[in-house]
Amino acid sequence: MFSFIRHRKIWYILSLLVVLPGVVSIVLQGFNLGIDFTGGNLMEIRAKQNVAIGDVRAVVEELKYGASDNVQQSGERDYLIRTKNLSETESAKLVSALNEKLGGVTLMQNNMVGPVMGRELAFKAILALLIAAVLMLIYISYRFEPKQGIAAVIAIVHDILVVLGIFSIFRLEVNSTFVAAVLTITGYSINDTIVIFDRIRENMRSRRKGESLEDLVNISIWQTMTRSINTILTVMFVLLALFIIGHSTVKDFLLALIIGVVTGAYSSVLNASPIWVDLKLLEQKKQA
Amino acid sequence: MRWSKILTLAVILVAVIAVALTAGAPLPIFKDNNWLPWGKKITLGLDLQGGVHVVLEAKDTPESKVNDDAMNRAVAILQNRINATGVAEPLIQRQGSKRIIVELAGIQDPEQAVRDMIKPAYLEFKTEDGQTIVTGKDLKDATEGRDGNSGQVMVNIKFNAAGTQKFAQATSQNVGKKIGIYLDGVMLQNPVVQEPIPNGEARITGYADLDEAHKIAIQLRSGALPVQLDVMAKTTVGPQLGQDSLASSLKAGIVGLIAILVFMVVYYRLPGLVADFSLAIYALIVLVIFIGIHATMTLPGIAGFLLSLAIAVDANVIIFERIKEELRTGKTIRSAIDAGFKRGFVAVFDANMTTLIAAVVLYYFGTGPIRGFAVTLGIGIIASLITAVTVTRWMLHLTADTNLVKNTKYYGA
Repeated sequence: MFSFIRHRKIWYILSLLVVLPGVVSIVLQGFNLGIDFTGGNLMEIRAKQNVAIGDVRAVVEELKYGASDNVQQSGERDYLIRTKNLSETESAKLVSALNEKLGGVTLMQNNMVGPVMGRELAFKAILALLIAAVLMLIYISYRFEPKQGIAAVIAIVHDILVVLGIFSIFRLEVNSTFVAAVLTITGYSINDTIVIFDRIRENMRSRRKGESLEDLVNISIWQTMTRSINTILTVMFVLLALFIIGHSTVKDFLLALIIGVVTGAYSSVLNASPIWVDLKLLEQKKQA
Repeated sequence: MRWSKILTLAVILVAVIAVALTAGAPLPIFKDNNWLPWGKKITLGLDLQGGVHVVLEAKDTPESKVNDDAMNRAVAILQNRINATGVAEPLIQRQGSKRIIVELAGIQDPEQAVRDMIKPAYLEFKTEDGQTIVTGKDLKDATEGRDGNSGQVMVNIKFNAAGTQKFAQATSQNVGKKIGIYLDGVMLQNPVVQEPIPNGEARITGYADLDEAHKIAIQLRSGALPVQLDVMAKTTVGPQLGQDSLASSLKAGIVGLIAILVFMVVYYRLPGLVADFSLAIYALIVLVIFIGIHATMTLPGIAGFLLSLAIAVDANVIIFERIKEELRTGKTIRSAIDAGFKRGFVAVFDANMTTLIAAVVLYYFGTGPIRGFAVTLGIGIIASLITAVTVTRWMLHLTADTNLVKNTKYYGA
């Protein structure tokens, strides 16, 4: 039987290799923040006939609503237009100008966020994450043991950093649905970890004399392996179906979830349990 | 074989299939089947049928400061204006001390609706030298109509007692001069006073059609907003996008669901089939709860439901894996099922509780769409816990008791 625990340094290094570039990117170039955070206007239109993306840009530029490089094709004849914060009148002016110059457009959606709202959202998101982490830590400490709580939270932080890092590196938009995705990943990743911890808890009760902690944890990981794989498969069926068929506006949300589910499974098997083993061994060393 | 058990199982299967088929009725895929009993009980959120969510914030104006009373009056006026347009089930609520949230679903032009909603509608009649004679406060009623002779579209105005007196006095003093009618500081008309008007009635003309006159009449009737309302955040979804989103997410949901159902049967054989049925029951339970609490189905809501479905599948997977392990140790099918459930449930419980914590936190800190996601996820998790230990277990026992399948191979061992 292959020992996941003996080779744990490899998994730690792999994790660092994925996390570090992301962290560097976050520090150096930050995020491509959506209007939910920065404030501004995001409009999606569907043209009645085929138009060039340049024509859409020209209309926005002519009105001097800024951000002309932020016109983006989102469907066959659908365009996303990001502009500065538009008042109701400005918004109406842009729609009628587009309607006139592009031979008729249907307004698909129009979102405006004032700058104050953005700050509130960022604050609430971080607060929600912290509170969720603390509550989970308390629950796991109570049901399992504090060290497993710490290991589980480290695994979550790993998952969040991976998703944040990938979104930063590839300049994917970070908005309020992304925040929801991160929180979902948190809930889902911990789900994976708990099932393995549950097996460890059970095996600890019937632990034979002389059985090393590494072996016990490794057996627990293998015992839950089929479940770990099957669970990922079923979630992926749903997420991939939504990703492929779903509308463009939810694609980033699903992409975050897909990355999160994969890294969540990785960290549950290859980070959380090994970290717990290390924490336990550290404790034993101190006692010796 | 035990025919009574087989019969019970058959009855349950038929019942579940029957309910599942009729329960499909709230989903728009069956929308023509009006005879189905559940029909159209689930309201679609504004992201699925088009609509607008807007956060308004009050600003002080020279006339009045933002206070509790002014905010309540503003909400009442918004309510009047929106009700007069006939939108079904609008949501208008105060948030904090200065904000009002309005949600309107199922409207054709959400952009225009917002503009109409927040018009101050401050009406003034002014003399040539700029003196205000009467304002919106002196108004008793405003109705749109057509002139009997010319067919011209107009808004008829009636003043209250105080207004009638002021208007009569002003018109008698200004015969031959002009009196301007201003709405929100913009001059609508500047007619010459022919003779004193003692009855407190006036008319404003010059509208393109009856619809425009109707909107103005609503605004005048509901009164001027006591405070200036600015749009802080706005999400409008056109009906077109709503339709697209609904169709594509339903399609995706069905594809993902079928993939899960097939996977469960292929991998877990007989228990997989049982799991598929308990998943159907699970979905029905969740649907009933949604209808019961009058939940609105939104895109994030559907995502939350699908995620909870995946979690429900996971509960089954965990338990079935345990049953397989127990079977390998040589236990009988029945005792393997019992032992598998007993041991598997602890893991399912702890795993679901931690996810539930995340859902609850999301609910408390989230707004609008995120809350919808949290609600469906939370309901889904609880329903999944209940069905996993009751329905799946009971069905598995029943199946084992029929003695139809004795080979443990069909249990995946």
